[in-house]
Amino acid sequence: MRHAFCLAVLALALPSLALADPPPAGIVHVNVPPGTPPKELGFQLYSANCVMCHGPNGSGVYTPRPGSGGERSLGPRLRGVGALAADFYLRTGYMPLRTPYVQPRRSRVLFSDRELRALVAYVASLGPGPPVPRPHPERGSLSDGLTLFTRNCAGCHQINAEGGYVTGGVAPPLDQATSVQIAQAIRIGPYLMPRFSERQLDDRAVDSIIRYVRHTNHRADPGGWAIGHIGPVPEGLVTWLIAMVALVATCVAIGGRRQA
Amino acid sequence: MKRWLVAAIVLVLGKARRAARVPERERIVPPGPPDRGGELAVFWLLIAAAVCAVGFPVVYAVDPPHQTQFLGLSLGLALAFLAATSVLIGKRLVVTEHLEEDYGVPEHPTEQEAVEQLVEESGDRFTRKRLIVAGAGAAGAALGVALITPAASLGPVFHMDPFFRTPWRRGRLLVDEDGRPFLADDVEEEAFYTAFPQGADREQMGAPVVVVRLPRGELDLPPERRGWAPGGIVAYSKICTHAGCAIALYRKPTFRPTQPRPALICPCHYSTFDPARAGAVIFGPAGRPLPQLPLAVDATGHLRAAGNFSGAVGPSWWGVRNRQPHA
Repeated sequence: MRHAFCLAVLALALPSLALADPPPAGIVHVNVPPGTPPKELGFQLYSANCVMCHGPNGSGVYTPRPGSGGERSLGPRLRGVGALAADFYLRTGYMPLRTPYVQPRRSRVLFSDRELRALVAYVASLGPGPPVPRPHPERGSLSDGLTLFTRNCAGCHQINAEGGYVTGGVAPPLDQATSVQIAQAIRIGPYLMPRFSERQLDDRAVDSIIRYVRHTNHRADPGGWAIGHIGPVPEGLVTWLIAMVALVATCVAIGGRRQA
Repeated sequence: MKRWLVAAIVLVLGKARRAARVPERERIVPPGPPDRGGELAVFWLLIAAAVCAVGFPVVYAVDPPHQTQFLGLSLGLALAFLAATSVLIGKRLVVTEHLEEDYGVPEHPTEQEAVEQLVEESGDRFTRKRLIVAGAGAAGAALGVALITPAASLGPVFHMDPFFRTPWRRGRLLVDEDGRPFLADDVEEEAFYTAFPQGADREQMGAPVVVVRLPRGELDLPPERRGWAPGGIVAYSKICTHAGCAIALYRKPTFRPTQPRPALICPCHYSTFDPARAGAVIFGPAGRPLPQLPLAVDATGHLRAAGNFSGAVGPSWWGVRNRQPHA
């Protein structure tokens, strides 16, 4: 069984060596005359940077049948994802992805703001899809946010939005996520995250969640030491180290013999 | 068993006989006056330790909800009283004596005897040895019982019903956290829902279920469960079969060919269950699949239970596979 699996992995890996892979690092900028419409610039950027995995016109690259050989599946269809998803993946630096088999992580955004807007406009033009949301965290309720976050998000992101793990993936910390990005992630469910529809979490609920996440980013630490905000285990360890000194002092006091 | 008992009795008798006093020798430790008050204080401290230690199994059995600090308090106080006893004995009852130099080499017979004698005479101020021994015995026994008590948590022995009796029955409506019933059409793919039985106590272990919808082609349920997932909607107990935490994580791939398959994950120890394959364990310490709840869609399009779980809900123990949930 294991051998078969190894062989399968090898068989999948070998052609990938032969095929020209996406550029290993960095992106391709395109030169366009000034005054080019954003959608045209977006199309050129898409053709230079995204088409290998997402296919021409955002049709995606799918293997017809698993094991049928030929092209491998590389990336999902982008028709109908709208400006919402494109804006999220590009502005977080999740895309472009070095290889399609890893989790996208927050990284430096290599496109300029003009290029980003052009790409988002191009992807949005591929099919009807949701626009970039405009959350209003100031309208949300902090206590509702705590309840909703506990119910829906804390399982993976931890109650303090520090992030965590799932088997096979990482739930990122939310301290760098902007309000818009949180609202986007809730709707699209990037990578392994489930998505939440309007029916499950309406816009007001999203506002409350963002307000709560913002609150966790600026915590007052009443005890003084945050100790990484990662819960009772390190806190207990520090307490124990302090208590140990006190215990040793007590032992010395008890064990001291009366001077004759 | 019988042989062990005889051996133990012989050993105890032999010890008792060996304890016969040697004839009087010249004292090394100066004799001290008996300290009745000190002895009594030691006795009462031991009794206090015993009472606190007995408190542990009592609190454990009564089990006030979410009050584990009382367990810690009882055990901590028992140990504190024992410590106080030791301090009191050391400071007031055992005759202190200053040594000018280290003890000699242990082989030296006379010096060895002297050390023995010294230890014996140090206890001379105890006038009511039996009382103290009884107190120490009570404290030790109580503490022992307290330390063994948590072993009862290894598995239900007397009260097993909550594991097999759940509020789910054929026809019971699934409702969300706010009590709204679920419409089958509202359950979307790639999303994650928690449902409860309508009108039942949600704190019961058998109440909460996770609901997800999977593409029909991806479902791989055993033949007898073919009808349990109308429209690809499956429901599993939200309580992990390993240690009973809530299954709070659902991972779903955005792009199936390059990303991990959908899974329900417990955040405590990362037991990972496959919702497409009847809740089978695909990773982690859980030893049995998540119990599945058969579903049905009624005439109004609402999700209802079509029976009880496929197995016992909650954490596993040795007898968990021997019974089925009440239908």
